[in-house]
Amino acid sequence: MTAALRLIRRRLATSIPVLLIVIVLTFVLLEFSSGDAVDAYLVSIGGGDPAVAANLRHAYGLDQSHLARLWLYLSSLARLDLGWSVAFERPVADLIVERLPNTLLLMGSATALAFGLGTSFGIVAGARPESATDRVISTVSLILYAIPGFWLGLVLNIVFAVKLRWLPSAGLETIASGRTGWARMLDIAMHLALPVGTLAAIYMALFMRVMRASMAEVWRLDFVTFARAKGLSHRRIVLRHVARNALLPLVTMLGLQSAAMLGGSVVIESIFAIPGFGRLAQEAVTQRDTPLLLGIILTSAVLVIVVNLLLDLVYALLDPRLQPSDRSA
Amino acid sequence: MGLMRIDLLSRRRLLQSASALVAATALPAWSRAQEAKGGGRLVVAADSEPKNLNPAIIASNGVFFIASKVVEPLAEASYTAPGGLAPRLATAWDGSADGLSVTFRLRDGVKWHDGKDFTSADVAYSAMNVWKPLQNLGRVVFANLQAVDTPDPLTAVFRFSKPTPLQLIRNALPAVSSVIPRHVFEGTDIAKNPANLNLVGTGPFRFAEYRPGEYYRLTRNADYWGKDEPKLDEIIYRILPDRAGAAAALEAEEIHLAAFSAVPLSDLDRISKVPGIQVITKGYEALTYQLVVEINHRRKELSDLKVRQAIAHAINRKFVIDTIFVGYATASTGPVPKNAPEFYDPEVASYPFDTRKANALLDEAGYPKGTDGVRFSLKLRPAPYFNETKQFGYYLRQALAAIGIEATLVNADAAAHQVAVYTDHDFDLAVGPPVFRGDPAISTTILVQSGLPSGVPFSNQGGYENKALDAVIAKAAETIDAEARTELYRQFQKIVAADLPLINVAEWGFITVARDTVLNVPDNPRWAVSNWADTALRS
Repeated sequence: MTAALRLIRRRLATSIPVLLIVIVLTFVLLEFSSGDAVDAYLVSIGGGDPAVAANLRHAYGLDQSHLARLWLYLSSLARLDLGWSVAFERPVADLIVERLPNTLLLMGSATALAFGLGTSFGIVAGARPESATDRVISTVSLILYAIPGFWLGLVLNIVFAVKLRWLPSAGLETIASGRTGWARMLDIAMHLALPVGTLAAIYMALFMRVMRASMAEVWRLDFVTFARAKGLSHRRIVLRHVARNALLPLVTMLGLQSAAMLGGSVVIESIFAIPGFGRLAQEAVTQRDTPLLLGIILTSAVLVIVVNLLLDLVYALLDPRLQPSDRSA
Repeated sequence: MGLMRIDLLSRRRLLQSASALVAATALPAWSRAQEAKGGGRLVVAADSEPKNLNPAIIASNGVFFIASKVVEPLAEASYTAPGGLAPRLATAWDGSADGLSVTFRLRDGVKWHDGKDFTSADVAYSAMNVWKPLQNLGRVVFANLQAVDTPDPLTAVFRFSKPTPLQLIRNALPAVSSVIPRHVFEGTDIAKNPANLNLVGTGPFRFAEYRPGEYYRLTRNADYWGKDEPKLDEIIYRILPDRAGAAAALEAEEIHLAAFSAVPLSDLDRISKVPGIQVITKGYEALTYQLVVEINHRRKELSDLKVRQAIAHAINRKFVIDTIFVGYATASTGPVPKNAPEFYDPEVASYPFDTRKANALLDEAGYPKGTDGVRFSLKLRPAPYFNETKQFGYYLRQALAAIGIEATLVNADAAAHQVAVYTDHDFDLAVGPPVFRGDPAISTTILVQSGLPSGVPFSNQGGYENKALDAVIAKAAETIDAEARTELYRQFQKIVAADLPLINVAEWGFITVARDTVLNVPDNPRWAVSNWADTALRS
């Protein structure tokens, strides 16, 4: 485990410059985009005169130079203060704490489902490559992958929420219902079924394809031939020997995907009206809320770094031949 | 607007509404009985969450949609009341002959939601400390307000430093006169007072709860001054940012109502056929939006009237209305919409669709077509606020191509568009959706008046200057006599239509889509932003 500790220490050291670069780049991008928080706000209230605009710019500190504001942000960040959101008139940290769990719940469930289904279908398809089952699974998953997320979300919504009325059409839970405990959890699960299903259906294909390809590679290896020669059943060879050894690249995929799904949930969160991170990020951009967007990107970057670190540790457990420090994320 | 819309509505829909009317008159007792039961929770779709919900500070439709149920104005627009204005917190208003004062009689026995009495001191405080210095529209309307005298708890006398037309004040009242409690705001930093979100008002509903990203909840005010009002127990504003999501939630019976065209126009035909759902075009007459081509007169070609006339002739208004607005709009003739009959003047210069004439005008102006068929090129910026403004941008580019003007479309988001057009003047043509707010002096004359500083959104930033027009606008601003003032605004319309500082293309109100269990929906011309005291649910 000392290797693991060394890895954690090294990762933490390298992630600080990464985060710093992320912050500065985001800041510069937002500064170069035209219009500021006051412009966005004036549009939303239907206009205002120059005195109002000047007062607001002063109140938001937007009348200071870019460098001064970047410095102010970095120095307050050093004190672990994420700053004040001008679009919501609330501390950025509060907004993030409020929204992050919703997105983690959505994203975590969707990733787990996509991983579980994708791997299972990948094993079924990879057990007999080029068979009819393989063809069907591959085609269906590719079609799902090719469908735009917003479209699939809307179609599933129309079928299951509007026509069949099996599931609620939007929201995270029934509004002002007063449910608690298990009843509330069940209610949330019902509300998440459609968005999680949509995200999982789309990303399942990736896991399925990687699993299948990876299995195809393992089939060619000598120990599989040996297992066959031993007279092991096909089922046993597939599950114990081929699938197990083919699982490693999927763990890497899982790390990459968790980052991608943070972004992919913007659309799904809007369609299903889930107050999550994606929608918050979208509002931060349209409202030109620099501190809020920086806070969101920073949190996402930290999340991705942590997830990849955890996966590296898992990787080492799965394959003792690999030392954690051998890989770079 | 109801009448005006008839030609646009299908015969079936017309018959439906006619039979509904018959039913309403034939069975008043039945419908009363249904209403009297009252109660229930109305769930409506909302697409934005204003950070400041105080309508006395932010007079915008997004704020009013929620806040107007909690905080009331002095008077509200009405279909039936004399002069189109129904009393709310004020019961009568009267202007002095010199235009230097307006006296309001206030309603007796009104209580704030925290139990304190509503008095003239609250009105004086709201006017002097909030409307005049802080409110986006009040800064214009009450610019010359000097003091508000309170001779007794139910009388407020507004004193102006310059003659101020009562007509303007009256027309502005519904939007600019939301009264907030002095005892909650006095001595605090008004902009940061928590009551800007947790509203305290006199309205039929109390502000109960806000869950960011999920919903707002308002509950019945049992002590409301209106007899037997409100009818509903609760209103929930459910945040549904996706427009297709709002339509789905309506069909799934998860919400009762989506106002402000939350259901896209292209979806209306389909959803109107769903049993139990009604599409309502009334209730927005006093919130008319205008589709306008803004022109940068600093561009040499566009400073030539003939070129502007040519562009006006190149636009097929019928196509715009039928295709882009799917029939839910009417053609504009000038800067005042037909929905403002008090001011509207149809006798102005008109520009029927005529490509040949447009081409001839451009030839006359000295801009012949080059060998590639192009006379000159322009930068066209459509405002991103509505689907229709963006779609009109695409249409306008084609229409201009037909007369040899090559337009490059530049699409940007709200903040970027605002800076490019209204601050940096980085446009030749822009497509904008200004609002007519009951009186031309509130937000309409500013679209063509000269001498405005840059950085003012929804104002003349095209460098247009017309001394005669400026003089008419200035004179109307201080003309006390309503008839004389109206006449000046007729002149204003004639000058704008003739000289084309901008081109008015179409005007539209929003659409409400509701379950048919929601009663009394469009009962005034600002319905979506009024107090909903008599809105009810049929059980």
